[in-house]
Amino acid sequence: MSITVSNISKSYGKVTALTDISFDVKPGELFGLIGPDGAGKTTLFRILTTLLLADKGQAVVAGYDVLKKYKSIRNSVGYMPGRFSLYQDLTVEENLNFFATIFGTTIEENYDLIKDIYVQIEAFKTRRAGKLSGGMKQKLALSCALIHKPKVLFLDEPTTGVDPVSRKEFWEMLKRLQQKGITILVSTPYMDEAALCDRIALIQDGKILEIDTPKAIVNHFPKSLYNIRANDMYGLIESLTNYEHTYSIFPFGEFVHYTDKRESIDTESLKAYLVSQNLTDIYIEKTQPTIEDTFMELAK
Amino acid sequence: MKDKNVIQVEDLSKMFGDFAAVNSISFHVKAGEIFGFLGANGAGKTTAMKMLIGISSPTSGKATVAGFDVYKEAEFIKKNIGYMSQKFALYDDLTVKENITFFGGIYGLSKKQIDQKRCELVDELGLQEVTNSLVGSLPLGWKQKLAFSVSLLHDPKIVFLDEPTGGVDPITRRQFWEMIYKAAHNGTTIFVTTHYMDEAEYCDRVSIMVNGKIEALDTPKKLKEQYKTDTMNDVFLKLARG
Repeated sequence: MSITVSNISKSYGKVTALTDISFDVKPGELFGLIGPDGAGKTTLFRILTTLLLADKGQAVVAGYDVLKKYKSIRNSVGYMPGRFSLYQDLTVEENLNFFATIFGTTIEENYDLIKDIYVQIEAFKTRRAGKLSGGMKQKLALSCALIHKPKVLFLDEPTTGVDPVSRKEFWEMLKRLQQKGITILVSTPYMDEAALCDRIALIQDGKILEIDTPKAIVNHFPKSLYNIRANDMYGLIESLTNYEHTYSIFPFGEFVHYTDKRESIDTESLKAYLVSQNLTDIYIEKTQPTIEDTFMELAK
Repeated sequence: MKDKNVIQVEDLSKMFGDFAAVNSISFHVKAGEIFGFLGANGAGKTTAMKMLIGISSPTSGKATVAGFDVYKEAEFIKKNIGYMSQKFALYDDLTVKENITFFGGIYGLSKKQIDQKRCELVDELGLQEVTNSLVGSLPLGWKQKLAFSVSLLHDPKIVFLDEPTGGVDPITRRQFWEMIYKAAHNGTTIFVTTHYMDEAEYCDRVSIMVNGKIEALDTPKKLKEQYKTDTMNDVFLKLARG
């Protein structure tokens, strides 16, 4: 295993950040920690990168115990924190050189690994890091996290606040790194990115809700799910909230996602109810649940 | 009501030196509409929004917001709009009650009005037990819902929301949108930016900015038809890199 986490708990005073967390990440796996702000993702990253001590439990990263072999771990992992943590007043090239030197290597030695990413910012190599755009900072931070050829890469919310196009490009970069044999643990609040991981852990309030492949997690959704649309979204949500058979109802793009309390659902009577609520242009169809549906069901 | 334009923008530009951050954009937003203002990072959304809320003067072009001119009547604009963003919304080191009182005061409400609004708001959000807690101690989702309610304290005609749901859990994100629907239903115009493309689908109309220009503007349904895709995410991916 590249990462083994066993019964890790952590509190800050009265606030519990992590409760009895256990999971494994296999060598070469792209593993996602999926959960909103405040779920405990950053605390877990800081424990696994030896920057914070857990209250309870054990963790092994790249074959080393986080407590006893923390120095070996620091040489074997790359860590890109959620907040931009490079030196703002060093240039792009100086930052990269700095991190290479710290780890006893050179840019040239591992250039192959970062080439794809670094060429996109190389034109700005004399610019100070603090003056880069968000997307460029992200690429520089990733280059710096990779320059010592880590076995395991930790990426804490690398795409938060990033637009959909840049997010897509970032995930394509991750896939290429994975093909080079690097194990990746990545966290994200974007549920659509979960589908791009080999396996994911859904995490909320310091607890793991479920661990599996994205496909299996979606298959565990316990109910039949329906897309419903009508002329007036607000009216539709109100009406379904007051419907006696409603189990759950969430806006989902142009539809609402609806589940029913009953075993089998009679869409005609549901439609008749919505008509009686003065809604028109009613459309009901069965649909496939997404990771987000499953997350909301588990988090309820 | 819906036919009246509460935001009217014509050939609006903002230059930083030689760089056109906003390059001659034109659009209007109708009263009670939920208007999605999308674009990649660096496309010019924030610069455009700053001009519309009266804190940055345009280089050229015309714009009125809530009936007031962005050049000459910026102070009136500020009184007639609400604003919240992911980065700045409420003071973490004031309590829920103090934040409401503070913003109510800023918006010029009387003490009596503030007391009444506070009771309504605390009831509606179910915050009875935390009215005297520091806002910094609340979960992000609660904070964002509270911040949205606070931005509506003075019954503004328009509320500007800059990535209001970033990082918020999926259930709270939806509860937040239900609040948006309710406000729009009551006649408040909503001007919102987001990186969640499913939220783009919740908007009545959506504009997509690319390199300082508005490249597309229509209902989500028509945009999907025009770009021959099933999702707003694909529309965005097709457009946003120019």
